[in-house]
Amino acid sequence: MNRINFISFSCGILFGLGLAVSEMTNPMKVKAFLDITGKWDPSLAFVMTSSIAVTYIFLKYIYLKRKNSKIFTEIKLNVFDFKLVVGAIIFGVGWGLVGFCPGPSVAALSDIQINTIYFVISMIVGILIHRFLYKKL
Amino acid sequence: MDNFTPFSAIVGGVLIGLSICILLFFNHKLAGISSVIGGLFKFNFDDKLWRIFFLFGMILGALIWFEFNESSIVTFDSNPWIILAGGLLTGFGTQLGSGCTSGHGVYGIAKFSIRSIVATFIFLFFGMLTVFIQRNLF
Repeated sequence: MNRINFISFSCGILFGLGLAVSEMTNPMKVKAFLDITGKWDPSLAFVMTSSIAVTYIFLKYIYLKRKNSKIFTEIKLNVFDFKLVVGAIIFGVGWGLVGFCPGPSVAALSDIQINTIYFVISMIVGILIHRFLYKKL
Repeated sequence: MDNFTPFSAIVGGVLIGLSICILLFFNHKLAGISSVIGGLFKFNFDDKLWRIFFLFGMILGALIWFEFNESSIVTFDSNPWIILAGGLLTGFGTQLGSGCTSGHGVYGIAKFSIRSIVATFIFLFFGMLTVFIQRNLF
């Protein structure tokens, strides 16, 4: 394992651990956050706020001070379009239906359950359909 | 709000944030999970291995926690057909909208990207709407 892959693996462990600790790997917990008119559980908002805070501090005080932060030039900033809006709507409906977004669904594979495997496989099929339609293979 | 767990939510969020920062700092890669997965299905063979290591790391990270906390569980309220439909929409939607909860919701918002803020509000709104319809109209 070279350095890049070791760091990727370690960051993956950290990410998966964070999702499991905050119970975002449990679709019912996520749906309890989305269910604002029912027995609302605001936990997910705390997960997002704290992860945004850490990332914001890092970007502002460490990463953006470096000259070679090339990742910022690769991403189109501040342009929102039809694809962004429709994509977010479709994802939102999928997220609400099950309570899984991509990260937690992968991390939840560790608790081997057929429903998680169904979700991840159909998510990959969804990705492939997008690749096929937009010829981005 | 008897299921509210602010402490573990904040600890988990900090770990996720640290993961994003460390990966960006050392590897110049974004831990937006839909793009980490999406990149596996493109024809650029030199850019695949780190993604596989990251994803297996995620599974291992969650496994470590599950091993020590038997109360941490993965539970569903949907039947397999709904789950298949949800996966399909999640896969397609995150690729079309180029991001999910991590890429837009955490990293994008931390960067004050208007695109990401718009996308996050939209998928949050439609997620809530979907749960509302599912739980109140069916």
